[in-house]
Amino acid sequence: MSAREEILGRIRAALKDNPEAPQIPRGYRKSSGLDEEALIELLVDRLIDYKAQVCVVEAAQVSARIAELLASAHSYVVPTGLDGGWLAKLDDVRGAGRGRFDSDSAPLTVAELDGIDAVVTGSAVAVAVTGTIILDGSPNQGRRAISLVPDHHICVVKATDIVGILPEALRRIDGTRPLTMISGPSATSDIELERVEGVHGPRRLDVIIAR
Amino acid sequence: MSTFLGMPSLPVYGTGNLHASESFPKAAHRELGNAQLRVNLGHATHTIRDKRIQVISELPDWEHLRDTGSAIKEAVMARLPELLEQFEENFTSRGGVIHWARDAGEANAIVAGLIRETGETEVVKIKSMATQEIGLNEYLEGQGISAFETDLAELIVQLDHDKPSHILVPAIHKNRTEIRDIFLREMPSVDPKLTDDPAVLAAAARAHLRRKFLTARVAVSGANFALADSGTLAVVESEGNGRMCLTLPETLITVMGVEKLLPTWQDLEVFMQLLPPSSTGERMNPYTSLWTGVTEGDGPQTVHLVLLDNGRSAALADEMGRSALHCIRCSACMNVCPVYERTGGHAYGSTYPGPIGAILSPLMTGIQAEENNSLPYASSLCGACYDACPVKINIPDILVHLRSLDVDSKRGKKKIPTQMDAGMKAASWALSSGKRLGLLEKGLPLGRLATGPAKKITKLPGIAAGWTQSRDIPAPPPQSFRTWWAKEHRRPKIDAAPAPSPEKEDQR
Ligand code: SF4
Repeated sequence: MSAREEILGRIRAALKDNPEAPQIPRGYRKSSGLDEEALIELLVDRLIDYKAQVCVVEAAQVSARIAELLASAHSYVVPTGLDGGWLAKLDDVRGAGRGRFDSDSAPLTVAELDGIDAVVTGSAVAVAVTGTIILDGSPNQGRRAISLVPDHHICVVKATDIVGILPEALRRIDGTRPLTMISGPSATSDIELERVEGVHGPRRLDVIIAR
Repeated sequence: MSTFLGMPSLPVYGTGNLHASESFPKAAHRELGNAQLRVNLGHATHTIRDKRIQVISELPDWEHLRDTGSAIKEAVMARLPELLEQFEENFTSRGGVIHWARDAGEANAIVAGLIRETGETEVVKIKSMATQEIGLNEYLEGQGISAFETDLAELIVQLDHDKPSHILVPAIHKNRTEIRDIFLREMPSVDPKLTDDPAVLAAAARAHLRRKFLTARVAVSGANFALADSGTLAVVESEGNGRMCLTLPETLITVMGVEKLLPTWQDLEVFMQLLPPSSTGERMNPYTSLWTGVTEGDGPQTVHLVLLDNGRSAALADEMGRSALHCIRCSACMNVCPVYERTGGHAYGSTYPGPIGAILSPLMTGIQAEENNSLPYASSLCGACYDACPVKINIPDILVHLRSLDVDSKRGKKKIPTQMDAGMKAASWALSSGKRLGLLEKGLPLGRLATGPAKKITKLPGIAAGWTQSRDIPAPPPQSFRTWWAKEHRRPKIDAAPAPSPEKEDQR
């Protein structure tokens, strides 16, 4: 008998008392009921609590803010699907200068990514109450490696993509895409259960909230 | 159930790191002698308790979430075969490969075989209880494959050639200075001026592992959740070592217990609200990764999943104990447990320590397993674990249930009456009649003679010796309560002494 047959057989035998699957009560909150201003304020508060840097700007100011944050970076990478307007203040992205594009057809190697200082991505949805940003690998976010290997992640969140609590966020997401939920920069609580920011993931997280 | 050809008799128990090598009282006695351990543990568990309470107080629907989580898990157990098949179909149709492992040995052999196929002799690992349980690292080492733990606490334990003592923070028994000393001793290129500042230690771990992450071609992981309706797997972590392992290598091998399933994507919203506050006391953990089979151009292109039984079906067969399989390994129960706080995780022997370990280990190995049969007694039944558990596992009830199974299993074995039997018989004789008890209590003052000037009994004979192993008994009072009561409440003209009894045997 195959291991599969045998394990399923054991489980069926273990359930010979035919336990009934209970009705699932779902009395928990499905939404926070907060308006956009309150959501932005809460998200900012949570991100600061996680030691991320955060700013709220008008959509038209995003490119200036990105240029400012990248001022001291020797190199950066962006996914090909990133909103072109966000790069308007960066003159060198397509040239041989500081900026590199990453795409499915021309992916950078891990070693190349390791030599790059920063990454700029968009995001799929953000959860205000928990300070969580979800990336789903859409063209404006790219594949997972680019937002992981560089040490500085600049992430743009559109105000309309902010929701209150997790159930609202997951309803907007296709669960079968490669997903990363990010709540602040990389951290550990492994030493005396005290949170310390900065381990293997990007140690610097800048969030730009665009109205 | 009758045994027929090719069918093992049920239940089939688990193997691997589920068995203690000595009984809990013995191990606990030794661990209690380690004062540094107690200080470290007390500090860490109290830090996390306070954080947990704070974060949970912000969630007005916490109890609703617990009720939902508990019901979902109960439904998963009831529908487990069907959900496993559904998961398998979805995971496979999206490019993943499923392997089934009856026990620890089979799972280890499957993983080693898969690694060998890639031609690699090194793998990076994400902290995983399942691979700890099957002793994967030790097995791979014997096969000439080095497995590098990448979670900070696992790294500390691995570098120190120690064993994990907590399911979330395996090095919880070490303080920062001890960790610095381990790094200085075991990390070849570490700065000799390393301080014990946690941020500095974290940076040292980053430097130590960076090259491994960037060059590893194979990773081994566990999984926190598996969604049956889509074939999706989830890993919840903090440091980014998980993301590294799940994203950069070409081959990903995940080992997961069969009980980890959730029926639908919607259920994830419940468990991702229950787990982070319960485990690290955070509103949300820094990183959670989800993957569904293979995604072209993003992440590992060869994805395996080993589904592990190893005693889970045996636990499932225990109607009263099966809810132990609802556990999402958050560790809240150990952080609030007064016994764990003092003995630490090593005393439990198994991979699963603390209150959950005290029920899960014997359920998976069978209560008859030597050494694990003392685990259900490693509790004061105070119920703190039940209150803390995000999926409402009634640990105290299951502990009592397992104690009774243990007593039953021993009763089956022995032939001659023990001291305990004799004692129980005597107690039943004395306690079933008030008069007999009253008479016996008159002897109490005599006991004072045995106590010496300190008015303490420090050593009892026979099986009662267990009671005085770690505590003294105060001298018996000069008179019994009954005698005192009778004196104090003497009604006028009525003699308070026990009246002569009509029962002949009571008259001496
Ligand atoms: S038994 Fe409950 S509290 Fe303990 S680790 Fe499991 S889920 Fe957490």
